[in-house]
Amino acid sequence: MHIAEGFLPPLHAAAWTAVAAPFVIHGTRAISRTIKEHPEAKLLLGAAGAFTFVLSAIKLPSVTGSSSHPTGTGLGAVIFRPPVMAALGTIVLLFQALLLAHGGLTTLGANVFSMAVVGPWVGYAAFRLLGRAPFSVRIFAAMALANLATYVMTATQLALAFPGQNGFVGAWSAFLGIFAITQVPLAVIEGLVGVLIFKALRSWAGPELSALGVFSRRRDHAGTKVDEAIHA
Amino acid sequence: MVLGTRQSTGDGETFIGTDSAATTHIEENHPGYTPWFQPIFEPSSGEVESGLFALQAALGAGALGFVLGTMRERRRQRRSAADDSSRPVSDPEPACDAAELQSRG
Repeated sequence: MHIAEGFLPPLHAAAWTAVAAPFVIHGTRAISRTIKEHPEAKLLLGAAGAFTFVLSAIKLPSVTGSSSHPTGTGLGAVIFRPPVMAALGTIVLLFQALLLAHGGLTTLGANVFSMAVVGPWVGYAAFRLLGRAPFSVRIFAAMALANLATYVMTATQLALAFPGQNGFVGAWSAFLGIFAITQVPLAVIEGLVGVLIFKALRSWAGPELSALGVFSRRRDHAGTKVDEAIHA
Repeated sequence: MVLGTRQSTGDGETFIGTDSAATTHIEENHPGYTPWFQPIFEPSSGEVESGLFALQAALGAGALGFVLGTMRERRRQRRSAADDSSRPVSDPEPACDAAELQSRG
């Protein structure tokens, strides 16, 4: 989903940077607040960051004959809520832009918006909306949809920048053909990996996850505020 | 334009990354567009690039492994602490192991 350096017209690059910036700033604050309120969750925060770091580095071949990589942002979005992932995802994307020439600085805003903002929010929304489903189903949906939504967003960004003769819709389906189809099997894999890793986290860091309100939103834990915000 | 047919590039490579497939698509359909910014640093070859990707994966996996291991150990200690407090202090196990028995002949 990385849009290569220089491959967004200046106006688009600037616009996406402006759109993504508030999310990243809010996310940075969310991280420091989370650490202050839940110092015991630092390890989990590291796990969420590391997970995205690993998954976004692994390019996997897919059925369409092209290869792509998962994003791993659904995990952190479920545990810490999406704003935290906006900041963590930006770190990963910055690393890749500077050291791997993968993505870019001019396209960082657009890439942050698709991978670190849209993906996590869609994944988190899926997790919340499936509130009554079995836990592994919710995790699977969160991980897979965070992954897919990222690529749909990238296709949208490119179609907006390069509508071509067929207009936005034509360009959009062309870019979706490149990204999204390849991504479907990878999203399924990511969903399954997410279920496994969550099982591990659940048995090893159960108290921390409960304190963050991942499992017991409706019970009256430390996260009463979160409950109200969500159910309002 | 047909979905997913962009599997081979000029050098006959299959399983090309979707990121570069998108770039190729733009170059082909918008020949007038020139990228207006170049990466500050670019890995000097494909080998160097995949090495750096491997490094990223290794850093992430190392960190993830460390975190998971630490959490597992913490839980173990929490559990044994809980066990210790719920159980009266037991006598240490008699220190007689196989090696000792063997040396006694």
